[in-house]
Amino acid sequence: MARLPASRRRQSIWRQLDAAARWAMPTAMLAFGLFLLGLPLHIPGQALLRPAYAMGCVYFWSLFRPASLPIPLTGLIGLLLDLMGVTPPGLWALLLILLQSATLLSRRRLVPSRFLFTWAAFTGFAAAASLLAWALQSALGLTLLPAWPTGLEILVSAALYPALAAMLVRAHRGPAAVELA
Amino acid sequence: MAKLFTHFRSNAPVIRLSVPFRQALSRLSPVLMLMLSLGCILIGRADQSFDDQMRAGLNDILAPAYMVFATPIQAAEHGTGVIGHLFSLSEENAQLREQNAELLQWQEVAMALQAQNDALKASLHYVPSPMPQYSTGEVVADTGGIYDRSVLVLVPPANGTPQNLVGAVAMDGRGIAGRVVEAGARSARVLLITDLNSRIPVALGASGAPALMAGTNDPDPALIYWSPGQPPAEGAMVLTSAQGGAFPPGLPIGVVHYNAQNDPVVLPLADLDSLRLLRLFSYPDNLPVLTPIPHTKPAATPRHGKR
Repeated sequence: MARLPASRRRQSIWRQLDAAARWAMPTAMLAFGLFLLGLPLHIPGQALLRPAYAMGCVYFWSLFRPASLPIPLTGLIGLLLDLMGVTPPGLWALLLILLQSATLLSRRRLVPSRFLFTWAAFTGFAAAASLLAWALQSALGLTLLPAWPTGLEILVSAALYPALAAMLVRAHRGPAAVELA
Repeated sequence: MAKLFTHFRSNAPVIRLSVPFRQALSRLSPVLMLMLSLGCILIGRADQSFDDQMRAGLNDILAPAYMVFATPIQAAEHGTGVIGHLFSLSEENAQLREQNAELLQWQEVAMALQAQNDALKASLHYVPSPMPQYSTGEVVADTGGIYDRSVLVLVPPANGTPQNLVGAVAMDGRGIAGRVVEAGARSARVLLITDLNSRIPVALGASGAPALMAGTNDPDPALIYWSPGQPPAEGAMVLTSAQGGAFPPGLPIGVVHYNAQNDPVVLPLADLDSLRLLRLFSYPDNLPVLTPIPHTKPAATPRHGKR
């Protein structure tokens, strides 16, 4: 390429806007998806989909485009998830940040590996987060909550991830690709 | 890869900061955010009204947006039936005529009973219970989580002061669906009777034997604390009881049924899986001190002061 490196180039306002929109795409998609999953669609087990979707998105974007999902934004998304539902505010913010930190730490190993491995790793992370959610909610409510919804949540998360990843990969290469701006 | 990564960053529309500062910030931000969210949990734990207010505020913003998106979904649900209906139109008409004839008979029975009831009440000098105020709202969002069952209702803001709605009884066309636990200016969150936190005093059957209906997050809430001598009879009607004063007496909830474990549960009359419209009845005078949900702002107690 004969052009100057990206950092030196003066960009037009439209280009900057394009880059900004692409940068904001993962967060916007995550928030809008959470909103859509709140609609009365009458899908059985709809309540389980929201945390599963949030965990899947946070994991995927932390792996493949961490610059587009800074940790404070993850915290805000978690807070949104809490306030839309009835979980104590801050609970999912905490869990999503933990999930993201864990993903970022193991990123070097996970990114080059095969899909099956990343899927298994996600299932592990989601299981840990769900179990922690169960433990925290039980502790905050001072009652032992039944554990089977948590098991179901883990299964739903694991089952949802391949479909979610297929969708997010397209976003990753297309509308969320900042380098294409 | 690392080079590519910095390339993304330089394009990202963040405020330009010096490199070491930015590095320090990015290293600190997980810890900082973790502490912030922990703080958030603790604040919510110490002061319930804080997160009620945050939720009500967010719901007020989101409810109209939900409405915008829910309307085409409902239209599509109604719309898909149209063509199917065309084929079964004559069949359906015949069925409706039959049902109409049957209902007319029942109407006569009901009118006769009404007349009898009026006569009996007149001879007893019966004082009718005051009509509750109600507002009707559309269910715009299913806000349940793993451990909770609740829906968000969009309430037209013209209906009185919004605070009145907290504690209101939510009913669909058939029976009780739940109770309003938090209300903003134009939205109200209804905790369904199936929620784990729902406890409703009920009266069983014609004798009105007391029991407690407890939500289990399953579709059918359980019946507990019925008197040992009077086990709930299969098929008995479950009505609300005025015990504890949280509910007015005699509102229909469901029917007693023994499940596979031979435990009595209530089959709710309300169609809790697909709620569309809810009527929220406010009984302001009925709400006593015992109500688990504060319908007025709790005064600052010394418990919150020092810790």
